[in-house]
Amino acid sequence: MALANRDTQTERQNSTIGTPGQNTRPPIASLALLTLTFIGMMTSIFMIFLYVPTDAIEGIPQRIFYFHVPIAWIGMLAFGVLAVASIGYLWKKDERWDWLARASAEVGTIFITLALITGSIWGRTTWGTWWTWDARLTTTLILWFIYIGYMMLRSYMGRTPASARSGAVLAIIGVIDIPIIYESVNWWRTLHPQAEVGTPGALPPEVVLTLMISLVTFTLLYSFLMLQIYQLQKMQALAQQLHANIE
Amino acid sequence: MIFLEQVITILWKDVRYELRSKQMWTGMGLFALLVLVIFNFTFDLRVDNAAAIAPGALWVAFVFASLLGLGRTIAAEREIGSMDRLLLCPVDRKAIYLAKLLGNMLFIGVVEIVALPIFAALFNVPLFVGALLPIVLLSTLGIAAVGTLFSAMAAATRARELLLPILVFPLIVPIVIGAVRATGTLLAPAVNEPPWLGLIAAFDVIFLTVSMLTFEYVVEE
Repeated sequence: MALANRDTQTERQNSTIGTPGQNTRPPIASLALLTLTFIGMMTSIFMIFLYVPTDAIEGIPQRIFYFHVPIAWIGMLAFGVLAVASIGYLWKKDERWDWLARASAEVGTIFITLALITGSIWGRTTWGTWWTWDARLTTTLILWFIYIGYMMLRSYMGRTPASARSGAVLAIIGVIDIPIIYESVNWWRTLHPQAEVGTPGALPPEVVLTLMISLVTFTLLYSFLMLQIYQLQKMQALAQQLHANIE
Repeated sequence: MIFLEQVITILWKDVRYELRSKQMWTGMGLFALLVLVIFNFTFDLRVDNAAAIAPGALWVAFVFASLLGLGRTIAAEREIGSMDRLLLCPVDRKAIYLAKLLGNMLFIGVVEIVALPIFAALFNVPLFVGALLPIVLLSTLGIAAVGTLFSAMAAATRARELLLPILVFPLIVPIVIGAVRATGTLLAPAVNEPPWLGLIAAFDVIFLTVSMLTFEYVVEE
């Protein structure tokens, strides 16, 4: 049964990838995203360091906020994409969903790590401590552990359908668990500043504009990286398939 | 009804298997006791701080011991190659999952029942058996629900002893917080405590359902 399964998998791969000529096309989407990300990043850096007014209470260190918030947002968005792609994989049994899931997990792990680091630096200057066991910080740390667990599971199990299925189940359990973890730690204790963007008049327009530009830029960067790793996953799958054919 | 019969048959098979070897029961029990003893040294437990530290010590012992046991049930099947045969049986995957879950709960439960009186004696804390029972039962169910699913996953890899705690610990954080707090409230009653038992129960219901639905994807060959 396992053999038959593998055969159909290979046939499906043949139909989805390996059409010659596709690879010789210039990567227009990739280049466009790269250009947009570059322009956005330059604009963001200009706005963060030169345009936006310095925070009256927190001073210069508050500027890391314009990096920290988008990075943390991407870290969470990536887990959402990972979960959606995982459901897609279990539902459709199409390997492309798994490439998407893996790509999102890889990018998400990097971003959630950066979110923890930038958050720590901010916390040091604002709260006077690198770390506190507040609900958002703790949940982000747990999310980081889940990401790492996902990456470890995938690398231990190799590039097999069983690995893709197990990873998908882990991602689904994780995405359901995150709000429960947040709520439980929230009941336990909390300190993180509440989001102020939604309430009108709470933040000056320059701050909101800079944050929005920064958010868009990092989302572009995420899309760019996703596209690259997705292509990489595709090539690795193709390479493995060719390797199997030779053997 | 046939579903229930299948669950009980697989459960009975596992219970008999473990009764014969007894390795897991004694191992888990001794491990739980050792954790309690180690905690006694590391936190220098005295009567005045027992109420603050004892619930934590108790749950660390329980969680660690349960993870030791969780790894066993499905790994043993893989080792002797009986997992394939179990999967070949015309049995619903949900029945296999439920049987494994009940088996895990039973093994963990026995260890907990043995460890609890010793815990009460060592830490010199009163044991409210009636009130503690739902906390222990619901938390064990939550740990076992997630743990059984992931032990099936980890058993398929080379590094299952390493992988299982790494996958399971982050996910059972709500259970750990809830159980420790609920136990702490028993020892030193506090006002305005959130409904911890409700949180644990909600966790159980959600993950029992999700695990049961996704188990077939994990064991599928």
